Amino acid sequence: MMISSLPPFAIFYIGAVILALAPRGARPWIMLLIPVAGLGNMATLDDGLHLSFALFDFQATLLRVDKLSMLFGWLFHIAALFGAVFALHEKDLSQQVSATVYAGSALGAVFVEDLISLFVFWELLAVSSVFLIWARRTAKAYAAGLRYLIYQILSGVILMAGVLLYLYTTGQNSFSQLSLDNTASALIFLAFGVKCAFPFLHTWLTDAYPEATPTGTVFLSAFTTKVAVYSLARAFPGTEMLVYIGAAMTCFPIFYAVIENDLRRVLAYSMINQIGFMVCGIGIGTELALNGAVSHAFNDVIFKGLLMMTMGAVLFRTGKINGSDLGGLYKSMPKTTTFCIIGAASISAFPLFSGFVSKSMVMAAAVEEGYAWIWLMLLFASAGVFHHAGIKIPFFAFFAHDSGIRVREAPINMLIAMGIAAGLCLYIGIYPWTLYSLLPYPVAYLPFDTTHVLTQLQLLFFSALAFTWLKLTGIYPPELISTNIDADWLYRKLGPTLVKNVRVLYLRAIAPMRHAVNEGGSMIAQLTQRWYGENSGLGGVQTVGATIAIALLFFAIILVWDLLAA
Amino acid sequence: MNNEKKHWLDDRANIKKLLHWFYWMCAALLATDFVFHRHVLHAWENLFGFYGIFGFVACTVLVLVAKEMRKALMRREDYYDDQ
Repeated sequence: MMISSLPPFAIFYIGAVILALAPRGARPWIMLLIPVAGLGNMATLDDGLHLSFALFDFQATLLRVDKLSMLFGWLFHIAALFGAVFALHEKDLSQQVSATVYAGSALGAVFVEDLISLFVFWELLAVSSVFLIWARRTAKAYAAGLRYLIYQILSGVILMAGVLLYLYTTGQNSFSQLSLDNTASALIFLAFGVKCAFPFLHTWLTDAYPEATPTGTVFLSAFTTKVAVYSLARAFPGTEMLVYIGAAMTCFPIFYAVIENDLRRVLAYSMINQIGFMVCGIGIGTELALNGAVSHAFNDVIFKGLLMMTMGAVLFRTGKINGSDLGGLYKSMPKTTTFCIIGAASISAFPLFSGFVSKSMVMAAAVEEGYAWIWLMLLFASAGVFHHAGIKIPFFAFFAHDSGIRVREAPINMLIAMGIAAGLCLYIGIYPWTLYSLLPYPVAYLPFDTTHVLTQLQLLFFSALAFTWLKLTGIYPPELISTNIDADWLYRKLGPTLVKNVRVLYLRAIAPMRHAVNEGGSMIAQLTQRWYGENSGLGGVQTVGATIAIALLFFAIILVWDLLAA
Repeated sequence: MNNEKKHWLDDRANIKKLLHWFYWMCAALLATDFVFHRHVLHAWENLFGFYGIFGFVACTVLVLVAKEMRKALMRREDYYDDQ
């Protein structure tokens, strides 16, 4: 086989240029061809470092091929592929180009070996992805996109500060393991944290993703946060703080997910919950935990992509996405319903579905390393994820009460895309060893032993029993048309309100001063009018004779003055 | 919509049947704790029905707390639009 060292991002960037120039009808197929060509290139990549060149006083390396970068490389190609199939009906050039550049930037970020190049792709990720939100072309999407962009650029600026400080203090440009004991690393950690949706920094995700187009959200959910997970796994494995951050991330979003009405926003919250498992695994840092974290990232992109696609198809067909408006769609969209249930079973980690073979590794690692309370939190979050993503999403969209909505089944390209993702969920769930062979460390873990399978089934069935009981007794909270306030309240409500109030107070405080200035001003104006106005002695109209007389008078005074002074 | 096909789930009796199956499966899963001895990593796991009870309690607590949270967090849909 020919060995190539063409960086994966290059195929996507060149593809984006061709896409922009191509005739309208050919564009969707070109978009499809790009990840296919990329997969072919991936197969020929050779382990090691390639494409190094001098950049200022440092060395930049665009291609680092090892197990970790290859895992995310395969993953992003798969996501770009099913995303392109899902968007095959799409005629919007801006979305096609931005999705392609966005996927390419994600690939660029996971394959570079140096911090400066990482920063470049980090920013390109931000800028290319925002168009997928703006492409919805609503005022809401525009505002959410702006907030999203501010957060992403902020992450980039923090990263730049961290990288510059790191270059300055160490003289090193290599992107490898960092320790959190200096300001430079702390800044880099924080930049990763913003993109990874750490608690209180997460609202860009739940705010903007649900506002993007049906196809845009599928791409968005695949790349940004997973690049951040990759970066954390590369730079901060075994950083204990991540265990606690991750555990918090698994738990708090599920409460929001239960009461959220917009089903794509429910999925956005559940995404933070899933990233929590990965972050926790990275924090534990053992081989089992890291394998669990990155394999869960792999599975999450596929099953979350699948769920986002099913909800995208529902939005595309019905124009609605609120749980309160939907229901009974299994009658008109039976295939989408089936795919949704496969995605739901995968995210819930049912045995024989993909989530089971990866999440259990993180859980097992938590117990092994003595994090008993963390393990309980993860177990709580596992039950919770089944509740809100596994049951709530399919139940309120496709079953529940019949909303009376009758539409056609999703378009064939969407069904094929969902089919690819669902097939992968099942394949990985039933035969996990292909995925395991791609992981950074050798896998000694056996997912299908009786204890794992039975305990997981007990957990899930009794979670479902709780849902059934709460639903039948009417305790379960109904889907309500509403907004739930989250940390974004600080800058969407408190901030603007404060600014508005401060302005009012300021105007009130300076009112007397303004009054005085006004009064004083008008007094000066009156005096001026009196002394120099058209009726005054000086400013009034004079005859020629009088003017000459005055001039002569001044002349005489000056003459006398001059004589006296001499 | 009169000539629309009647679906299996439209019949209340079928839903009842489905739920009964589900209850029996829950009971069967719980019963495996009598016969099967788990290899465990943590002492809590040895408690009878630990996973089942934990799942049920966790989800109930989750829903009840979330329901209470609505009182503090829920606003009109256009809450942010009046800026």
